[in-house]
Amino acid sequence: MADNLIDARGVVVAYGGQRGAFGKRVEPKPVLHGVDLVIGRGETVGIVGESGSGKTTLGRALLGLVQPASGSIHFDGKEITGLQEAAMRPLRRRMQMIFQDPMSSLNPRRAIRHILVDPLLLHGLAKNRREAETRVRAVLDRVGLAVAALDRYPHELSGGQRQRVGIARAVVLEPDFVLADEIVSGLDVSTQAQVLQLLAGLKRDMNLSMAFISHDLSVVRAVCDRVYVLSGGRVVEQGACESVFSAPQDAYTRTLIDAIPLPVIDPAWLGRRPAQA
Amino acid sequence: MTVPLLAVSHLNAVVGRAGNAPVLRDVSLTIARGEVHGLVGESGAGKSTIAKAILGILPHGIRITGGSIALEGEDLLTFDAVTLRQKLGPAVSLIPQDPQTALNPGRRIEAQLTDGLRLWKGMSAKDAHARALQLLEEVQMREPARVMRSFPHELSGGMRQRVLIAAAFALEPKLVIADEPTTALDVTVQKQILRLIRSMQERHGTGVVFVTHDLGVVAQICDRATLLYMGKVMEQGNVSDLLNKPRHAYTKALMEACPRYDQPGRGLAPVPEEVFAACRAEIAAFDQAGAGHG
Repeated sequence: MADNLIDARGVVVAYGGQRGAFGKRVEPKPVLHGVDLVIGRGETVGIVGESGSGKTTLGRALLGLVQPASGSIHFDGKEITGLQEAAMRPLRRRMQMIFQDPMSSLNPRRAIRHILVDPLLLHGLAKNRREAETRVRAVLDRVGLAVAALDRYPHELSGGQRQRVGIARAVVLEPDFVLADEIVSGLDVSTQAQVLQLLAGLKRDMNLSMAFISHDLSVVRAVCDRVYVLSGGRVVEQGACESVFSAPQDAYTRTLIDAIPLPVIDPAWLGRRPAQA
Repeated sequence: MTVPLLAVSHLNAVVGRAGNAPVLRDVSLTIARGEVHGLVGESGAGKSTIAKAILGILPHGIRITGGSIALEGEDLLTFDAVTLRQKLGPAVSLIPQDPQTALNPGRRIEAQLTDGLRLWKGMSAKDAHARALQLLEEVQMREPARVMRSFPHELSGGMRQRVLIAAAFALEPKLVIADEPTTALDVTVQKQILRLIRSMQERHGTGVVFVTHDLGVVAQICDRATLLYMGKVMEQGNVSDLLNKPRHAYTKALMEACPRYDQPGRGLAPVPEEVFAACRAEIAAFDQAGAGHG
């Protein structure tokens, strides 16, 4: 058994590079320039950065959804870069994804029952629908949804409930690794806290490894053990949340942290004159 | 006492065919000249409804059933559409949430900035051009002359939001409504935009209604704030009191639910169900009392 569940070394991903419309060669545009990242068993790692920093691409590479141009990615000791789809399939169950927008990642024409039961049958984790549904009910209870939700369609649920369905779909397969890409950015503060609390509990109970992609450093602090700061496709800083947030070493990390408004009045934050008493 | 810049008093609004679902419940708030007032709440709290009511752009289906919205003492709700436009046009402007959709994709920035100047200030094309360029400089746009000739798709989200801020302040309005102006932006861009709104507002002495769900943003940019839940004011006052000495259990719980990068483990405590239940009971009691009067 490998020490780390995920071990990525020197990952380079470039988009494009095929022949253009008139046979002109289009240069591939690199979005990740040699990223090293490890995720231990039961560890939650935050990946932060602004739009265009490559954090979503990195997440997709970890799941084997985009092929790196160079570098290697090991999942539980097994090299997954360049793996054939058939060889990849048994691993797919063990790595799941929770998406940013549950409205566009849940099939609007399928009841929640189908959305949750089918993956179990597809991966052969349940012998029949009955058995699958029993497991689905247990997971629904765990994520705080009523059984009545099974007969609902995605549009009949609130944003927070839909995100719980997204989480249930990922964890019902009992994965080792879950990628959560900006999963709370569209939610209200109180709903966000519910989802984060749920995620923290699941990770503890199931000893999940998790990659938590977010632009919000406060949210990352709430759930992650370690954090990687990405800028322009490179890791500019990484380390335990404790040290990165209290003593950032990189100038970009500091800029990113300083840009988060805390619910504490700080006239200097906007460069305002101190309030007259 | 002088008349406040904006006084919303006992504003009630309903939605639905039957018109029996309240969306605003007796909302009152005042905004002084030069004040940034936060309208804070979660989705469905009615913060955008208040902003739209002030601008007279409530969607069909939402009906105001009582109260007044007074701009410098004049009740906007008593005006017909034409008069309202005359009153609001030069005096109140909007910084919208989504800079991608708020600009006309088929017109150059110059045209979109000079429209208001020519219509409301009666400027010549030449003067309006000069003023628009000056405005872009004021919002610290790089290469303003090039931006003037650009179409919206040629600009980044942050640049588009700067254009919209320039447009909002172009007519020297008395009141600017900022409807979640930074939710679509990256955090470092958000900070620049917040700083810009605050400095424009201070320089021009403009009152600002700042709609947001982010208590962190409220702490940094607002002087006073109104916290809403289901269309009812839960707490109102100076931001320092609201954040440091919250009186309502809902305010306290929301503060607890906010994750903070400087404090591990924060943001994992959802608003307790009892607090929501208490808020709902407060609202039910209010609706009951209202029904008794009617």
